[in-house]
Amino acid sequence: MSKFPVDKIRNFCIIAHIDHGKSTLADRLLEMTGAIAKTEKNRQVLDKLQVERERGITVKAQTASLFYSHDGQEYLLNLIDTPGHVDFSYEVSRSLSACQGVLLIVDANQGIQAQTVANFYLAFEAQLTIIPVINKIDLKNADPEQVESQIEKTFDIPREECVRISAKLGTNVETVLRAVVERIPPPAGSVGDPFKALVFDSNFDHYRGVVANIAVFGGQVKKGDKIVSAYLCKTYEVNELGLLRPEEHPTQKLFAGQVGYIVAGMKDVKEAQIGDTLYHHEQPVEALPGFTPAKPMVFAGMYPVDQSEYPALRSAIERLTLNDSSVTVQRDSSLALGAGWRLGFLGLLHMEVFNQRLEQEYNASVVVTAPTVPFKAVLSSAKLIKGRRAVQKNMVYIDDQRVMMKYLFPLNEIVVDFYDVLKSMSSGYASFDYENAGYQAADLRKMDILLNGQPVEELTTIVHRDRAYSSGKAMCERLKESIPRQMFEIAIQAAIGSKVIARETIKAYRKNVLAKCYGGDITRKMKLLKKQAEGKKKMRRIGNVDVPKDAFISVLKRKDK
Amino acid sequence: MINHISRAARPGFSPGLRRLSDLRASEHVPESPASPRLTEQASLYVHWPYCLRRCTYCNFNKYIPKENNDDVMTKCLQTEAETLLQLSQVSCVTSVFFGGGTPSLAPPSTIAKILETVSKQANLSDEAEVTLEVNPTPVAMSKLKDYRHAGVSRFSIGVQSLQDEDLRSLGRDHSALEALQTLGEARRLCPGGVSVDIMFGRPGQTTESWRRELSEMLRVCDDHVSLYQLTLERGTGLFKQVHCGQVTMPSEEMTAEMYQCARETLQQHGFQQYEVSNFAKNNSESRHNVSYWKGEQYIGVGPGAHGRFVPLGEGGVAREARTQTLEPDVWIREVQQRGHGTRRRIRLGHLELLEEVLVMGMRMTKGINHKHWEGFSPELSLHEIFGASPVVQELLHSGHLILDDRGLRCSWDGLALLDSILPVLLVEMDKQIFPKAAS
Repeated sequence: MSKFPVDKIRNFCIIAHIDHGKSTLADRLLEMTGAIAKTEKNRQVLDKLQVERERGITVKAQTASLFYSHDGQEYLLNLIDTPGHVDFSYEVSRSLSACQGVLLIVDANQGIQAQTVANFYLAFEAQLTIIPVINKIDLKNADPEQVESQIEKTFDIPREECVRISAKLGTNVETVLRAVVERIPPPAGSVGDPFKALVFDSNFDHYRGVVANIAVFGGQVKKGDKIVSAYLCKTYEVNELGLLRPEEHPTQKLFAGQVGYIVAGMKDVKEAQIGDTLYHHEQPVEALPGFTPAKPMVFAGMYPVDQSEYPALRSAIERLTLNDSSVTVQRDSSLALGAGWRLGFLGLLHMEVFNQRLEQEYNASVVVTAPTVPFKAVLSSAKLIKGRRAVQKNMVYIDDQRVMMKYLFPLNEIVVDFYDVLKSMSSGYASFDYENAGYQAADLRKMDILLNGQPVEELTTIVHRDRAYSSGKAMCERLKESIPRQMFEIAIQAAIGSKVIARETIKAYRKNVLAKCYGGDITRKMKLLKKQAEGKKKMRRIGNVDVPKDAFISVLKRKDK
Repeated sequence: MINHISRAARPGFSPGLRRLSDLRASEHVPESPASPRLTEQASLYVHWPYCLRRCTYCNFNKYIPKENNDDVMTKCLQTEAETLLQLSQVSCVTSVFFGGGTPSLAPPSTIAKILETVSKQANLSDEAEVTLEVNPTPVAMSKLKDYRHAGVSRFSIGVQSLQDEDLRSLGRDHSALEALQTLGEARRLCPGGVSVDIMFGRPGQTTESWRRELSEMLRVCDDHVSLYQLTLERGTGLFKQVHCGQVTMPSEEMTAEMYQCARETLQQHGFQQYEVSNFAKNNSESRHNVSYWKGEQYIGVGPGAHGRFVPLGEGGVAREARTQTLEPDVWIREVQQRGHGTRRRIRLGHLELLEEVLVMGMRMTKGINHKHWEGFSPELSLHEIFGASPVVQELLHSGHLILDDRGLRCSWDGLALLDSILPVLLVEMDKQIFPKAAS
């Protein structure tokens, strides 16, 4: 089973814009090659995470090895499913490095979208064979002709190369398999070469340690072999290896051209660096070009709801980031919320998914504070160049119905809800991709929040001058809603320097006493009072104002959609 | 039998005499919660759960009966009273209060029978205050005399409002005139022993209309007034009406004003405010209710009734918070089966008991005096608990709280903000009594 000549192996990915049908096609391919039984229930088998199932998205790329007979020959097809969302393009480029070709899926109704383009460029830059697959031809509004034109115009791929399918119904999927065999070249490298493998993904298993997904570029490896990680120069012994079908299928050996997994006594997922090269300790090879680490675009503060939960949250974050090395983690602390972290994500969805996984898989309850974009503050000079809103860079017509526009934005402007607003304004048709264009100077101010004249250090923020009023007003309003009334008036102010820019007032109680408290009422009243007393213990006293922790949280956390 | 007749034979005893004896009885000697003095006596609360209708604001334990259950209910109330009195082993019942529901729906014989049962188990003095809550309909009015004969010495009339439209929208089943007539009859039967309940903060009320209503009330009422702010309780008809926007409650500003206005007006008319909502002249304070606020034992009989006493009869040594089963039918079955329908019993720890004493005691304008506190907390005085705290100091400086050689109490202003003050006091007390736990 594990002896397949390299020329009978094909390594390929499925890439596409979100919801164009990658995972459905993956299901069909798995069914057709017998990896999973043909049943109704095989809906997106490869999406294993609960959060993936709930949101109907792929978060983590999964891999499967398939067997396919073509013209009387047995072929080994290694399929890697990838996420379609803009945030996860990093996962996509990793997977591509292990492949020689891709199936680029385009929805016959929607046509080329932002991620279609983004993924195409990734594959193109990696010099992979690209097979365009037009999916969902079964739908009423499908227009494969139009889409083929688009593809020709945008990607310069002849329309004859497009394969029209319906992944849902299985229509013409056989053609896809044939195309994979016929058009995608086998991997280079031979079994005779020294062992060389690329680590393109890894998982952490509590019992076995790190499980690395590897693409074998040359030679062979078996259980018991001593292998070396080029990045760390550490030696490991192979405990277990095998294929992914998509579940693990342990085997004795892996050969050149194959894709599979390996367990080699690595305890920390940092030991299986994505992009690392593995080789036999007696036969060192030239390391493969590694990956540049993904650059986080969006930051969020994450704090435990109560400091007593800090250790539990720390352990949950550690475990979750074991399997998601694109999250950057930095310890941080807030005066209001205590010790926590500043996490960097590839995008908003990435952050939300991470959060959801924290709650679902690790039962952690987290306060997420508004994302802050990295600032480089010039501390010595107070003079800053005037900030810009978006500046248009160029505009290209894809076809007679679509236009692609490029803008330069301050990251702060898009990082919270730009994507959402864009989607809703364009009824979902507009799509969006971004890349970091570096730092630009902007007009920023330090805004203080005061309660009855006392500054609340924890709530000091840096805002753009143009945003100061709305931001200050919003903070004051949130505070007004979350600070309970007291026996005197509370003045909430947002100020820049000595200038008050926004203000809210909480009126004093004039009467706060239960009307009736007789023998039958005392039990209920005590319960209520005890609860208030407990709450009071946890409050922070700022001047003469008692502020509950919730108030800080409500001001600092992200606004709900 | 004899007891019952002798009570009835003295309807016209001099109010002055009665008050004097009451005063003597209320002067306490320092004692501990399980001390003989405190566990020797208790007041008795009896709950009559039935009503004819539902008032839109009421969330008490009340039921509209499908058939006449009076006989069974009466019998069960007697049984449970007997059982619980025996359990408490009190030798003296200091006061009895018939609440509900609508106790004035019960036949007067019910009152007589229960009082008789009580007398058999403990000493029920002729001077003991026996209160009956009255819903002032013509039917109730016609029964007042019989209630008096049965042993009632104090009537608490639920007038609520003198505006007929308001009475209607509150779901009451009497008119203002009927209420005033009932009030008059009650005063005739129990001079100096009648209280009226009135409500402010009603939908549509203004401070002006309230002031006028109060003046009218003060012209005709007796020596005791209870005034309550109408509060919205979840699950009531009024709550739903407000939620749907059918009805609007007056603003907080206005109700606060109404309360202050009432306090001032009553004071001007010679009434002494002795508790958050209760005003009396001529020493007509409700002995029964004061015993709640003073942390004395009480036994609750009837569906949903609450009690606080030491079950000495079972060998108990600590005070328990007890609740009787809420639902009348279920309660009846339980009483028939085992003599009482106690649903919950929770032992009160030292701190919990002190917390209750504090919370209840601070509702009185006189607050908690040192001797009273010492009875419950011989180890730690009020000064020791509250004297050093900076937050309490703030309250003393702002004039909301007073801590002196008499004791701890709220000022005039502080009383209106009691529920803002109590959590602060509870936190302090927690710290002092369990210094390790509180850190």
